[in-house]
Amino acid sequence: MNRVLRAALFALVVAYLIAPLLVVAGVSLNERQVLFFPPQGLSLRWYGAAFTDPSWYRPAINSLLVATFAALIAVSIALPLSYVVWRYRVRYAKAVMAMGLAPFALPPVITALGALALWIVLQSYGRPYTVVLSHGAFLTTLPLATLTVGLQNLNPQLVEAARTMGATGSAVFRTIVFPFVRPYLIAGFVFAFVLSLNEYIIAYMTVGFTFETLPVKIFASLRYGYSPVMAAISVLFFAFAVVVFAAVGRLGDLPRLLGADETD
Amino acid sequence: MNRAPAQSRPQHRRERPEAGPWPHLLLAWPSLALTVLFLVPLGTIAALGFFRRIPAGFFEVGFVTDNYARALDSFHLERLGVSVMLALAATLITLLVAVPFTFLLTRRPRRAQVPYLVLVLASLSLSEVIVGFAWSLLLSRTSGISNVLVRIGLMETAVAWSPGLWAVILAFVFVALPLAILSLYPTFSRLDQELPEAAGTMGAPPLVGFVTVVLPLVRRAVAATAALVFIFVLGAYVIPQTLGRPAHWTIPVHITDQAIMKNHLPLAAALAIVLLVMSSVIAVAIVVIVSGRPPRAEPSVPAP
Repeated sequence: MNRVLRAALFALVVAYLIAPLLVVAGVSLNERQVLFFPPQGLSLRWYGAAFTDPSWYRPAINSLLVATFAALIAVSIALPLSYVVWRYRVRYAKAVMAMGLAPFALPPVITALGALALWIVLQSYGRPYTVVLSHGAFLTTLPLATLTVGLQNLNPQLVEAARTMGATGSAVFRTIVFPFVRPYLIAGFVFAFVLSLNEYIIAYMTVGFTFETLPVKIFASLRYGYSPVMAAISVLFFAFAVVVFAAVGRLGDLPRLLGADETD
Repeated sequence: MNRAPAQSRPQHRRERPEAGPWPHLLLAWPSLALTVLFLVPLGTIAALGFFRRIPAGFFEVGFVTDNYARALDSFHLERLGVSVMLALAATLITLLVAVPFTFLLTRRPRRAQVPYLVLVLASLSLSEVIVGFAWSLLLSRTSGISNVLVRIGLMETAVAWSPGLWAVILAFVFVALPLAILSLYPTFSRLDQELPEAAGTMGAPPLVGFVTVVLPLVRRAVAATAALVFIFVLGAYVIPQTLGRPAHWTIPVHITDQAIMKNHLPLAAALAIVLLVMSSVIAVAIVVIVSGRPPRAEPSVPAP
């Protein structure tokens, strides 16, 4: 297709994805507690506030804890599941797989309402572990997707060769399958981690303000009092995501992790 | 790092042993976790829609139909209509950008794709809350584009474009675009690199080649992506809440309002089931119309 058209389309998409963040970054630099763009005066004090004001760093720590454990749970579900579906012929495995992929085929608000209903029935509403478990199950889809791609790329003849040489099932897993899918496992963990860190509606409906996560905190200040700290935190979030994904891209083959074929 | 030995695609018929208790033991935790954390909650919502609300507390077990009657009254049906129209508009705009963008991106060398993929992933992971905040700033009077346009003399006075209909749609497209690009990416990047060039050497102009040669090959992936984006946008809560006027509040806003603010969980559940049925019916319709054939059970990831 036409070179100029292509450049224009790429520029449009990049500008569209970056413009809101540029304004947020500008707003975060205001000297006084105002949300002007272009900023008035230049100051980094709101970035300092994000790390020193407990009403901001506590939710940040909560979010990091939730994201770490939720991503571990997501991976702990996805790894055995994708392996069994790939390796064995088990009839109900496909049904379990469907449950793991289904959350992304549901409007997010329904998943959140389901979590709220579940934890109310179990009389655990508001406990920190509820958001960890609900995030874990919801985000299983991501490692499940990356691991399925990874296992598809693994040559089954390798496994058969190992078996004919007398390797047991667990030896095959340890020496061939696991090392091969490790990058896909890490990518799946990272995706789940970053999405949990940013997830709002499930966190709001399971723990809300009793175990405030960062998105819940940001939303609350969006409604009850703007502050440039919100902008500073948003910039830090975006920067963190860029650094993490850029690192994944440096260490692994990002196009392949996302489902492209062998290197061309 | 993860270079695999040369091989054909997984169409490979593999011998899959049924190896004693191992697979069942391995599946125990995934089955348990997903049943309790996914299936049971869905079932609970389905049941809750019929339960009776207790004004002081949450609800009591029962079988009443007033929740569904209210979920289907003219007010909520109108809200449902607005939600569907907004989601369809956002889905259409998203695909019009994502399909050519993803196609052109996958024609680039792998290395050149990486920065774009990083940007897309980072945008995808951005909290809906941050997206709502960012767009409300961008479209506001004092810190947004219009303010900048006034400064450089392109506009007379600054205006606020948020809250408003286009604020909601623009932010919907912002969250949907990265999702659509990543969903189209596997199929598009497995397309034969030479296909469009072949069409070109046969004398077809680029756009004609794209429409007649490429699009038919990727119709299923486009259809699945359209359904995915539609469902995702239809279920969004924060964006219509922060960037829309009450006239643009979608069903998720009312579900959340009933569940949290008004403490009316049974009505929220009935609304959720109505939304679920509606979104499934329309998603299937989208797949059938766009792909031109009935939906298949499996996802459309592998290339045709």
